[in-house]
Formats: sequence, C-alpha cells, structure tokens
Amino acid sequence: MSTDTPVPPRPALPLVPTADTRQSAKDFKSDQEVRWCPGCGDYAVLAAVQGFLPELGLARENIVFISGIGCSSRFPYYMNTYGMHSIHGRAPAIATGLAAARRDLSVWVVTGDGDALSIGGNHLIHALRRNVNLKILLFNNRIYGLTKGQYSPTSEPGKITKSTPMGSLDTPFNPVSLALGAEASFVARTIDSDRKHLTGVLRAAAEHHGSALVEIYQNCNIFNDGAFESLKDKEQALEAVIRLEHGAPIRFGAPAADGLGGKGVVRDPATGELRVIEVATEGTDGILVHDAHADSPVTAFALSRLADPHTLHRTPVGVLRSVQRPVYEDLMADQVERAVEQHGKGDLAALLAGNDTWTVKG
Amino acid sequence: MTTEVDADQGSRDHGGAKDVRRLDRVIIRFAGDSGDGMQLTGDRFTSETASLGNDLSTLPNFPAEIRAPAGTLPGVSSFQLHFADHDILTPGDAPNVLVAMNPAALKANLPDLPRGAELIVNTDEFGSRALAKVGYESNPLEDGSLEGYALHKVPLTTLTVEALKGFDLTRKDAGRSKNMFALGLLSWMYHRPTEGTEAFLRSKFAKRPEIAEANITAFRAGWNFGETTEEFAVSYEVAPAASAFPAGTYRNISGNLALAYGLIAAAQRADLPLFLGSYPITPASDILHELSRHKNFGVRTFQAEDEIAGIGAALGAAFGGALGGTTTSGPGVALKSETIGLAVSLELPLLIVDIQRGGPSTGLPTKTEQADLLQAMYGRNGEAPVPIIAPATPGDCFAAAVDAARIALTYRTPVFLLSDGYLANGSEPWRVPEADLLPDLRVRFATGPNHTLADGTEVFWPYKRDETTLARPWAVPGTPGLEHRIGGIEKQDGTGNISYDPANHELMVRTRQAKTDGIEVPDVVVDDPEGRARVLVLGWGSTFGPITAAVRRIRRAGGHIAQTHLRHLNPFPANLGEVLRSYDRVVLPEMNLGQLATLLRARYLVDVRSFTQVNGMPFKAEQLETAFKEAVDDVH
Repeated sequence: MSTDTPVPPRPALPLVPTADTRQSAKDFKSDQEVRWCPGCGDYAVLAAVQGFLPELGLARENIVFISGIGCSSRFPYYMNTYGMHSIHGRAPAIATGLAAARRDLSVWVVTGDGDALSIGGNHLIHALRRNVNLKILLFNNRIYGLTKGQYSPTSEPGKITKSTPMGSLDTPFNPVSLALGAEASFVARTIDSDRKHLTGVLRAAAEHHGSALVEIYQNCNIFNDGAFESLKDKEQALEAVIRLEHGAPIRFGAPAADGLGGKGVVRDPATGELRVIEVATEGTDGILVHDAHADSPVTAFALSRLADPHTLHRTPVGVLRSVQRPVYEDLMADQVERAVEQHGKGDLAALLAGNDTWTVKG
Repeated sequence: MTTEVDADQGSRDHGGAKDVRRLDRVIIRFAGDSGDGMQLTGDRFTSETASLGNDLSTLPNFPAEIRAPAGTLPGVSSFQLHFADHDILTPGDAPNVLVAMNPAALKANLPDLPRGAELIVNTDEFGSRALAKVGYESNPLEDGSLEGYALHKVPLTTLTVEALKGFDLTRKDAGRSKNMFALGLLSWMYHRPTEGTEAFLRSKFAKRPEIAEANITAFRAGWNFGETTEEFAVSYEVAPAASAFPAGTYRNISGNLALAYGLIAAAQRADLPLFLGSYPITPASDILHELSRHKNFGVRTFQAEDEIAGIGAALGAAFGGALGGTTTSGPGVALKSETIGLAVSLELPLLIVDIQRGGPSTGLPTKTEQADLLQAMYGRNGEAPVPIIAPATPGDCFAAAVDAARIALTYRTPVFLLSDGYLANGSEPWRVPEADLLPDLRVRFATGPNHTLADGTEVFWPYKRDETTLARPWAVPGTPGLEHRIGGIEKQDGTGNISYDPANHELMVRTRQAKTDGIEVPDVVVDDPEGRARVLVLGWGSTFGPITAAVRRIRRAGGHIAQTHLRHLNPFPANLGEVLRSYDRVVLPEMNLGQLATLLRARYLVDVRSFTQVNGMPFKAEQLETAFKEAVDDVH
C-alpha cells in the first residue's frame, strides 16, 4: 500500500496536504456503530461519501465534517476524520470560522432540510453568499425525522403530519432556488438511491473552489417513505427527472426517434420563461443546452422552478450552477498578508504604547 | 496623533496678564446636542489632559439615537472629565464647570451643577423657539434663575463664524466648528497643551485641509478669546499627578481599546492567531472596529450575519486551533447561550466579551449596568459552568482580557469577560505594560496517542483529562492519527464517544463543574489600613472607582471601613467566604438589583447588604459615602 504514489492535489483545495498512501473507503469508516433506522437513505449517502473520498487523495486528518442537529447530522460520528456534531442549524457558521482560520482543511457540512432551511436558514444563505470554501450536503427528506414526523420547510403544501393534522399551510422552499438566490457559486441536486449520480455530483462539488450546495433527496422510510418515489421508479422517472449535464441539450422523458429524451426544455421568447415541449411535435430547435458555468444564475433558477412542488415531476438533477468567484477565506488571508506588507508584522510593544505617551519618573 | 510639531504650531502660551490659580482637581462637563460634537470635544480635552500628566477619569453619556431631534432633552449628549494632580477614581459626582451649547443641554445638566460652579453658555442658541422647545417660559440667562452660578454668556456660534469669515464656508458650516472654539476656550482656561489637538485635526481632515484649518482657526480663536476678553479673568493650573503614579510610561486608554489590546496581546503571548466573530452591537462594536485594524498581528475579524454566527465562527476557529472570541452585549449573550453551552460541552477555549448595558431587551443601549451577571453565571440549559472575570477600570480591561485568555487556554473552556458601558467608553491614564513581561500563554496541542488500551494499543482519547487542571487535550484538525469527533451530545468519559449512560452523565456533569471550581484564581486582598474595620465593602467590575473614592472619604473623616473587590466571579477566590464572615457587616453596591449579593448569600450564607442602582449611570462617590457611613454607624 505504502508504495502507491500520492494523488496530486485538487485545485479546489490548493493548501490541503495530500495523503501519503492510497486510501480506501474503509479508511474513512470510524469505529462507531451506525445508528440510523434500517432502510434509511442516509446509509447510501454515507457509503457514497466514504467510497468517493479516497479519490480526492487528501490527508485524512485534514478533512473535517461539521453537522447540526437531525438524523443526518449524526454523519460525522461515522467518519474517521475530524468532526463536530454541533447544535441545531449552526453548522455553516461554525464551519465558516474553521475554514476561515484554517485554509489547509477540507471542510464539509452535513445538514438536513429542517437544520439548514428552518432553524439555520440564515447561516446557510450567508455562507453561500460569502462563498466560503465549504461543501454543504443538504439531506432533504421533506420531513422532521428525529423529532418524529412533523412537516419541514420542504414538505409539500397541505402535508398531513402530527403537527398538521389538517394539512400544513406553508409554501415550501425549493433549496436549489434558494441557494441560487443566495448567490451560491455551486448548486447541485442528486438522489440517495442513484450511487453513480450521487458520486458524480459529490466529485464535482469537491472540485469546486468555493461554497458548494448539494441537495440530496433522501428517503425517510419511517416518517415520509416514498417521498421521492416518482424520481426513483424507472417508469415515472423518465418523466419526472431532468438530468442536467453541462454542454448537453436539456432532454428527458421517453426517448424520441434520436434516442434522447422525448421532451425538451426551451425558452419562451415572449416571456423568457422556460417551458417543456414534445420533441415529436415541435422538433429539437431551440432546446436549451445546459451551461452550468453561465455567469448569470437566471437560467439555472428557471430550471429549478420547473419542478412541481407536490409531485416533484420535472425535477432537474445534476449540477445546476458552477462558477468561479473569489472565496471568502482567501480574501481574508489576502487582507492579513497585505496588512503585514503595508504595516510590517505586528509589534506588540509599539501597539500598546501608541503615539501619545508620557513618562513618570520614580 | 503625531509627535512632530512645527515650531509655530506648538503649545500656546499664556500672556501672563491674567490671574492664574492652582487647583488640585477639576470636573468639566461638555453638553450639547448629539450633533454638536461633544464626544469629540471631550475626547480632545481628555487627550490634552492626559499628555499633561494629570490623572483623569471620563464619563461619556449620549443617547442611543445617532441624531436625536435637535434641541430636545432626549437629544442631549455630554462628556464629563475629572482631572487632578493626584490619583482619582471616578469621573466626579458634580461638575465644577458646565459648558452648555443650547437650552436643552442647560436644562438637562443644571440639576447636577452645584451652586457656585462655572457655567459657560452659548447664547446664540437661546432664541425663543429653542427655549420653548424644552419648556423654558423665560430665558434663564436673563431671568435671574442662574444667579447662583458663575455664568459666562458667550455667543459661541457668532464668534466662531466671525473667526472663520476668511474661509469659503457657509454660515451654517462655519458654525459647526463652535465645539472647537469651546475647546480652545476651555484649553486656555485650564492651561492644556494644544499641539496634540491641532495635529489631530490635521490628521483627521487630511483629505480636506481647508476644513482642518477652519477647525484649527476656531480652536485658536477660542483660546485667544479666553486670553483677551475680560469675561474670563482667571485661568487655572492643575499640576501633573506625578506622585500619584508609579514610574513608567503612560497613555490614556478607554476600556474597549484596552480590551481589544488585551485580546491581541493574549494571542501574541499564546502564539496563536486571534479570530474574532462578532455582530455589531452597542456598546461593544468598538472592539470589533479596533481589532479589524490590526490584521498585521494575524488577527482575523469576521462580521457575522448574527450574534449566533459570530460565536459559532469563533468556536469553529477555536476547534481549528485559534484563540477564538466574540464581543457583544447582553442581548447578544442571550442569543449566543446555546453555543456557549456547546463550548462548555466541547471543552474548547473561547472568550465571550459582554459589554453590559441597561436591560432587559433592548433596554438602554448606550447606558451602563451590571445586570448580566446571573445571565453569564446561569443563562444556559443544563449544568453549564463558565468562568467569569470582570475588569475594575478602563485600563484594567487589558489585564482582565489576558487573564480570561489564560483561563480559557489552560482549562479549555469558554470564559466570560464582563465589562460594561461605563468602562467601555470611559478612559483613564494607563501604565503601558512591558510586552515581554506579560504572562506566557503558550499552549501544547496534542500530537500523539495519550492512552493505552488493555490490549496494548496506543490510542488518542479526546476526553482524557489533565490530572491537575482537568482540561482535555486540544487536538486540532491536521494532526495525523488524532482524528476524533466531538459534539453536544453527552460524551463518554475518556473516549468522547456518544454515551447515554446515566452514571457517565453524572460523572461528566460533576467533572465539568469540578474543572471550573478548580480554576486557579488569586485570593481577594482586603484593604483595611488599620485593621479595625467592622464593615467590609465589596464590589465587582466598574464600581471599583466610586466605591474606592467613597471609602477614602469615610477614612478621611476618621471612619473605619474595609474594602475588597472581586475580579473573579466564577470561581470565587478560595478565601472569599472566610473574608466575608470575618466582618460584622458586608455592603455590596451593584448596578443591578443585587445579583452578586444573591450568589454570595446562597454560597456563603452571609447576610450581604445590597446597595443597588439601575439608572444607567455609574454610582456617585457621594451616595456611596452616605450608604457606607450608615453601615459603619450602624454596627458601632
């Protein structure tokens, strides 16, 4: 094992040291027993993360997972890295401080729909707008699991739960729309049960220098089982899932004559809105080619609005947006460096004395 | 302030034509509209006074509104300065001189002015509308109601505008410099050195030299007015307070500035980067401002989206091996409480600076109070002990910050630093400490395994404690082999793994308490010169000045009274109970409804007598003197 050559560093984490040896998923498993409910979607995400991290080739001791409160937030305990299981909603704030103080770390935030979008909504949007170099995995099961089944800020309207016996009254958040509105430089969505897609999105997030928000649709088989069934059932998924790939035309649905999806997404020239067309009747002209790197988030936002909040039909998955802009802690480090250049390294004695002293002789 | 001064800009001389009297101390209060620049005027007079070597103490007092309605009583802003040729402890009870820039300032401050005091009034602002606005039915400058005072009627605005007529300024703009005219006049009256103010104005308005020159011209015109007009027949000298101070280099410093420097010094002495996560809040924001200017010390300041994120980021940085801190006031502490509890559970070093202000809720943002003590002591869910330190004077904020860092780093715990609005904005001469002689705060991060399992395997246990301090190891991310997980769920002793075991929780709660209880703090020292006192006066925090001043008055009058002051409020000094029990009467002045008294009564079963005040202002020495005298008379 030790004879293997280390993987070269990723540009997303230029200061994080690389591992001396080739790693395996086993290296990332802690000795703690995993305590999620049998059948929980969280297992799949844990396995995908542990399976993909070795690819990054980062020194394991320089990886940190920080979580809030909720089922998914137990995640750090199962990772053989540094980790902190913090308090409800605050993981992005804590991770911001850690990342700002330590640019040699790869910092991951694990959170859920209640943690990130309800009690911690403020910290999430501010971490995204600052573009702190955090990889935020938002496990969205559209329910409060750990408190035993109340509706969440992503639950469909009218949701019947213990706290809403006559149906919830709230309009849900669309986490991708929210992140795009919060100036996120990287926004993606994936599904717990699609290991390959999940891993691909995690890889893209890891390679992004800046905040990355990854919404993971995750099944809670106890309190909200089947919430994403329409996206998982092979038959239904054809119509329900829009797989986005940078540079590819946005097509989905049962295949058309050319073998690609029978439906396409076009921009209505009159309103600028996106709409779905049948390739068979309207042809392929004008079908949008997905550009994850577009400067403007407008089209990505419009794509995120295609999904029906009730049925989740026409849900785009994949990387909706991935653009480069300055990273908060890099700018912060630059200022520290510039201050030293301009004023010299701080001299404590000179600081304390100031410019206006007088002397008392004994 | 620069120290280089051109010859023609040096200190101005008194012509010698007028009578000069020596005073041992003076209390001046500048009062005006909140837009009149009274705080700046006070700051400048303070700097002039500090550079002359007087002892001094200041009390800025201003409304929460940035520009309260002009000319109204709520809009009055004032700055009181007490300076002397000997050591003094308070900004003074009652001013000897009041400068009132308008009728509102006169009306709001006159009740504090003793008969015979000098009263300098800007007559230009005493028009009928301005008088009516504050309810004066007749002009107090003319109706004889001010006969008991040495009234100087000076048209400050007119004189300033006249002095600036050579400048290309509107009458209104020229009139804005009237505070500098007043400063010039007072600087003449009290023989203050002037070069510092002139250099300050040049530097402040470096980009607008014409404004700098206009202000300097107004300042000099004020001085010359005093020198030439017959209105002011006498000027006063207050000699430097050389004998009051131990030898050393001194500067003037405010509490918030001293506290900011204390944090930088602590980080330097710990050889750790300082990370401040804060949300702006009065009266703490100046610490954030100050620290943001010192990035060349490796200081990172993070203006967070809210109070919770401020402390969260600081805690995250602490996990990463920085000296993390957050600065706030009472309402911010309330929001941070859950994170403070997490820090208690994680056992990471963290500094929580609370510049207390009047409460509850928004309360009195710009006024002082000591009513967050119980919040700091108990304001968390569960048993979550946090050490508490309170500075006694503005300059002491420096040493208290360094001491708070010592405790946080040594014991791996969050620490409360309880300052208040009075200390934050007040200032005093401060002996500049020798940087090299400050405590060595260097820490040792964990670098390898600290435990051997039964099978001989060497492992790292994040909650295996130091036997003396009970502190757990600080293992920062990036250290190979020490990967571990911590969190707010109860942890198994030693391993730090999640544990719901009843006996383990009992052990962990008691251990965290024992760690806090075992923090080394110095014994209280009682000041009882003749050893005959039967009454002990105890204080904490910013009441030190007025308490000590009152104690001196009692002793000067032949009374016997002992005094001690608490810096450490959690844990209490080991000898405190014994000290309290050895007096017939313990009197405890607090700017709350008796919070420390409650703690002491519960802890030591001593019948501590509270003397409390919650009017947003510091105690006056005179009222404490009366209260102490009653106690002394009572037990004899």
